[in-house]
Amino acid sequence: MLTRVRRWAGDGGLSTLLFLLPLLVVFGVFSWFPIVRAAVMSVQQTNLVTAPVFVGLENFETVFSDPLLWTAVRNTGWFALLALLFGYPIPLVAAVVMSEVRRWRGLYSALAYLPVVVPPVVAVLMWKFFYDARPEGVFNTMLAWVGIGPFSWLQSAATAMPSLVLEATWAAAGGTVIIYLAALLGVPPELYDAAEVDGAGVWRKVWHVTMPQLRGVLLVTLILQVIGTAQVFVEPFLFTGGGPANSTITVLLLIYDYAFASSLGGDYGAATALSLLLAAFLAVLSAVYFRLTRSWSTS
Amino acid sequence: MGSIRKSATAAAAVLAVAGVLAACGGTAQPPAAGGKTAISVVSLKPGSEKAAFDAFEAQVAQFEAANPDTDVTSQEYEWTGPTFTAQLAGGTLPTVFTVPFTDGKGLVERRQLADITDHVKSFGYADKFNKTVLAAGRSDDGRIYAVPTEAYGVGLQYNRTLFTQAGLDPEKPPTTWADVRNYAKQIAERTGQAGYAQMTQENTGGWMLTTLTYAHGGRMQVAAGEKVEATIDNPGAKAALGLLRDMRWTDNSMGSNFLLDWSGINQEFAAGKIGMYMGGSDVYTSLKQQNNINPADYGLAVLPLVPGAQSGLLGGGTLAAVNVKATPEQQAAAAKWIDFYYMAKLTKKDAAELDAKTLAASDQPVGVPKLPVFDKATLSQYDEWIKPYVNVPVAQMTSFTNGIFEQELAGEPVSHTQEMYAVLDSVVQAVLTDPAANIDALLANADAEVQSILDRG
Repeated sequence: MLTRVRRWAGDGGLSTLLFLLPLLVVFGVFSWFPIVRAAVMSVQQTNLVTAPVFVGLENFETVFSDPLLWTAVRNTGWFALLALLFGYPIPLVAAVVMSEVRRWRGLYSALAYLPVVVPPVVAVLMWKFFYDARPEGVFNTMLAWVGIGPFSWLQSAATAMPSLVLEATWAAAGGTVIIYLAALLGVPPELYDAAEVDGAGVWRKVWHVTMPQLRGVLLVTLILQVIGTAQVFVEPFLFTGGGPANSTITVLLLIYDYAFASSLGGDYGAATALSLLLAAFLAVLSAVYFRLTRSWSTS
Repeated sequence: MGSIRKSATAAAAVLAVAGVLAACGGTAQPPAAGGKTAISVVSLKPGSEKAAFDAFEAQVAQFEAANPDTDVTSQEYEWTGPTFTAQLAGGTLPTVFTVPFTDGKGLVERRQLADITDHVKSFGYADKFNKTVLAAGRSDDGRIYAVPTEAYGVGLQYNRTLFTQAGLDPEKPPTTWADVRNYAKQIAERTGQAGYAQMTQENTGGWMLTTLTYAHGGRMQVAAGEKVEATIDNPGAKAALGLLRDMRWTDNSMGSNFLLDWSGINQEFAAGKIGMYMGGSDVYTSLKQQNNINPADYGLAVLPLVPGAQSGLLGGGTLAAVNVKATPEQQAAAAKWIDFYYMAKLTKKDAAELDAKTLAASDQPVGVPKLPVFDKATLSQYDEWIKPYVNVPVAQMTSFTNGIFEQELAGEPVSHTQEMYAVLDSVVQAVLTDPAANIDALLANADAEVQSILDRG
């Protein structure tokens, strides 16, 4: 036994472990420990100052009996749907167009990626300024040139959510464009040549060559986008605080409100309970998604 | 060679781990240094001008000179519900911090503040406090957990320059809500700015709806024996929301931004984009320190109260409290700081003069209208002491200062106040952003929702 340990240490096992340790500690302290703590807190009543009390599933009952939960779920779904409609095809189209451009492709990808580099808070503050609801607001002025508007943007329940999605799409599209672009450039050019010989036009090439080759990437970005939009927080938090009249309150913002809206110590139990529910929902969704789409995947 | 490399890499790994662990240290309560008691205290709101911080640090130096065994460090601080909760739960609040009256009772009940009864008693004014004001920081058995440092009444803030531009007399602010509506319309039509604006976010929507409801004779809660009953669905609230709806949708005199919190509305007002809004009588300090308002623009009037037995002016205030996690020595030093920085100036001539002199020397506002935390005579005495140093445009606040003591003051609702305000935020937002909003239904729903919060206890 001892010799085996000594051989393991001598073969570099020890330094491997030592090098792994920082990562393990960082993950343990900042990721796994909070996850475990959240699970524990979801069955407790605690204000993090006085001793916690075990309350069983009471926090989950509180969450399910809160009428705002369904508003938040509906809003999150609405955001996800809008983000899918705008945010999913736009980067793909942009990437296809950019891959066809021969000159200055680097410049275009840099431009497309630029919004990702802008810190989210700065981006939101900037867009908040653009979304000024007065006719003199930036967007309203520009739209007036073509005879549209003025819109109330963030100041009305009907337009607030689409406004958030518009900014979110602008902010996130760059990353996806780069992924698609890389995948597109990985498609063997012979396939296009062969298709062309067979008499295929641009659309048939896109449909029969490009799309099947991108299928794996498309499937992954789709589920990543769904997970991302289910956790949307920054935009509603900074743009509207969930308003007007709860029209942009999302599940994550509701979790935040449970924990922090009451200045007297918050309902951390309900907040962690809803967090766990969301995590469980997303885990199940991902599992089902990958099971259903296994046959479509290229890999 | 190989083994050297191996040991070197192992050593590097150990160092990395140690670094990570060391980075995880840190505590909110400052450690004692050189036998001194170290305390941290809240200073001014982030973004205040440098001269204001200079004045604050000068006061810290004065305190440290008088208490050589205490080491004071200051932290910028602005009370908002979410940040306060996070700091409280995370244990990162400084030794001395401030909270609004509305949170005093709840924090005391939850034992989240230090008991400072004995310290406060030793300062000699514990029994002089206005009883209703002190109640916010006292437990049911009479122990003192937080000290009221200042009290305000809500006033009508107005922009004198916009009044003039709109053809209104800035010396004659509105005295009825019908006036407010007409003035707002005139300002909006003639200047293009919002004639009247109202806070709607971060619980301030509920705070201001409650103020407007009080002014129309309604109340949001009533005590029914042991229980508290939500009375949000009342005629005063209906009248208040009806007024807002008319100004917003009939007159279009409320501008275009209906997602405003406290700092947001102050910023827009100081920038000359708002004709009138409701705010605490002492908000000028912040308008000056954070928003650099032009003093000539500023006007403050008493809030119109609809004639009727029940109409009242909502007032509130600030409590200073001590971190429950501080050591007994720190608690003692913290109480001394509260006495020095917040209280002594209200009761002692030399302290009042020194405070006013220090602030005035850095061009910080001295003399904003406040309400008494002790009694009216003590406040008048204080006003007398600081008179030579007053540098705020008091002549532009006479409508408020002459009228405020005629008004019936009403405290904020006592139970789950901030949670109730959060529910009311969305009611106000709905009325201001949806022309078809049904006020009766909104109030009925909010009433039921708040009742269920109150019932949970």
